[in-house]
Amino acid sequence: MSSPEKWTQPGPDSPPATAAAPTAEQVIAGLRATDEGGADLVQLLTPEGERVTHPDFDIDITADELRGLYRDMVLVRRADREANALQRKGELGLWVPLLGQEAAQIGAGRAMKPMDMAFPSYREHGVAWCRGIQPHEILGMFRGTDAGSWDPVERRFHPYTIVIGNQVLNAAGYAMGQKFDGKVGDDADSEATICFFGDGATSQGDVHEGFVWAAVYDAPLVFFCQNNQWAISEPTERQSRLPLYQRARGYGFPGIRVDGNDVLATLAVSRWALEECRQGNGPILIEAFTYRMDAHTTSDDPSRYRLSDELELWKLKDPIERVKVHLVKQQWADQAFFDSVEADAEELAITMREHCVNLQTPPAERMFSNVYAEDHPVLDAQRDEFLAYHAGFAGGEH
Amino acid sequence: MAAPTMDRPTSDASAPVQTLTIAKAINNGLRAAMEADPKVLVMGEDVGKLGGVFRITDGLQKDFGEQRVLDTPLSESGIIGTAVGLAIRGYRPVCEIQFEGFIFPGFDQIVSQVAKLHYRTQGRLKLPMVIRVPFGGGIGAVEHHSDSPESYFAHTAGLKVVSCSNPADAYWMIQQAIDSDDPVLFFEPKRRYYEKGEVDTTAAPLPLHSSRVLRTGTDATLVAYGPMVRVSLDAAAAAAEEGRSLEVVDLRTLSPLDLAPVYDSVRRTGRLVVVSEAPGEASIAGEIAAKVQQECFYSLEAPVLRVTGFDTPYPPSKLEEEFLPDLDRVLHAVDRSLAW
Repeated sequence: MSSPEKWTQPGPDSPPATAAAPTAEQVIAGLRATDEGGADLVQLLTPEGERVTHPDFDIDITADELRGLYRDMVLVRRADREANALQRKGELGLWVPLLGQEAAQIGAGRAMKPMDMAFPSYREHGVAWCRGIQPHEILGMFRGTDAGSWDPVERRFHPYTIVIGNQVLNAAGYAMGQKFDGKVGDDADSEATICFFGDGATSQGDVHEGFVWAAVYDAPLVFFCQNNQWAISEPTERQSRLPLYQRARGYGFPGIRVDGNDVLATLAVSRWALEECRQGNGPILIEAFTYRMDAHTTSDDPSRYRLSDELELWKLKDPIERVKVHLVKQQWADQAFFDSVEADAEELAITMREHCVNLQTPPAERMFSNVYAEDHPVLDAQRDEFLAYHAGFAGGEH
Repeated sequence: MAAPTMDRPTSDASAPVQTLTIAKAINNGLRAAMEADPKVLVMGEDVGKLGGVFRITDGLQKDFGEQRVLDTPLSESGIIGTAVGLAIRGYRPVCEIQFEGFIFPGFDQIVSQVAKLHYRTQGRLKLPMVIRVPFGGGIGAVEHHSDSPESYFAHTAGLKVVSCSNPADAYWMIQQAIDSDDPVLFFEPKRRYYEKGEVDTTAAPLPLHSSRVLRTGTDATLVAYGPMVRVSLDAAAAAAEEGRSLEVVDLRTLSPLDLAPVYDSVRRTGRLVVVSEAPGEASIAGEIAAKVQQECFYSLEAPVLRVTGFDTPYPPSKLEEEFLPDLDRVLHAVDRSLAW
């Protein structure tokens, strides 16, 4: 029988215990201690743009593919910055920046096959891009003209979910349905589901329950946790003693920590995980170790809870710059290519701006539409009374 | 609203008119729905091998298999949250919440996702799911096994809420709820589960969202739903012995409310007593009182009275008979109304 110390004393690999209220210095010290993500971190492209190998995960990538990934990341970053600016100009009520998480989202998004299904939280603009959703299609919910404009069935991309963690259970159910439908296995039409959530969400009961359900029903579900280090003002050590990917083991499925600022590693690990799920070996947890380089939302002020040193540190590990360096070193791209991507990004921003300012306020009766799929006479009567009231004003307006 | 066609065959080979308990009627209704549509799933805690703690799903897993009758993890948010995903995938899940007091871990999923996804997607996603909830007291149970939380759900846009009071309604309403493309909270009066009644599986049922006059009368109207329908019928029978004629309306649908039969009744009787065992503040009973005074103001001979559970937590079971509206409290309210 083991000595009690085994269970009561921290082992050599255990993270330090956390203070109740860490000072800013402690937060930074903690982050610096873990900012490489630890020994288990899967990385294929270093922050300096060097290709490295990993014993379990590798990827054959052509120049064309890498240029495509670079373009994706530049475009979604440009769209993100444009939306942020639109909020600052008063055109949007709120924006949720993805700055810094482009590699995690493009890597995961490009790993999906057309019939795979994605369940986002509310920051997955990069994954949306990979599902063919134009950035301007996301703006309605932030301008207040709709609650999400895309067709989730056609795009295989669920509506944004704002209540933290809810979508994890919805994804587990969807993946159970894929399995019940016989879409798991060797056939070419096999499918998987990927679900996105953050480090803060891992404290939610729904995420725990999602892990349990997906595990006991062997659901073809990839849990994709973007650990961007901050849940608004709370650092990840306020959510967990243990590195998040290690939680998977307790539920009986693999957990892998990938460098979320490395699009190649994220793509490689996500492709592998999705394929494992399609084959019936799910679920799998991926922790993409990344950093939220901007505020939680445009309503947030990170200067109240973190020091700019930290951002400067992470800028050295920018997800886009390392790909650019690698493309140049490999002579896979020239200046004309980078210029053309910049031009595409500008054009995207212009299109987005135009769509944004032209988004129409829906007619007032829209608020009564699609509350129910079938009749609801009480609500219908309420709507009719409201419309009659409206019509009572001169010109039907007031 | 057009009556839905309900041409499903009953799985029972015996006569079309059977005497069944409410429990068995729901079981037969579930079976008929599962036979008619392979996308109908039953999921919940202990619903498979055990047949549910009230045996409502008895025998279904044996006949339909573990992939259609799921013994789930002990996780109410999980039951509702995964049912959402299954519904999006094209299934029609019927979730069982073991007792109403355990629905609250799933309340977030119900209010935030089940109720809103159709609206949020501008009608692109449908949530054809049923959440079965045994509710109400009177069974001598421990805490969290006797509550009446239906008002929370009737208050939430996007949900439909119904409650059956007898075996025939139980048989048909569960099938109609499963047929609905809207999410339906299906409240089952657990203390009436083993009361018997005739079920005619060939008779055309009323539409799901319609209330019904169960007993006609001229002196006052009683409105009730679920377990309080029996109390109201008993009160009307007792009143009749004293020469008072009470009309009894079984509400059946709590969202949307179907109050036209109530208005019609009150315009004839001039008096209304609403009976519900849920606490009365901010309740369905209060909503009915408000609407009836608005629609029937000049017909009312007395204020609308409510006989409800008290605004306390559900009491220890030795006190529950004091808490629950009973025949005497209902007749006392009728007396007050008539004496106004």
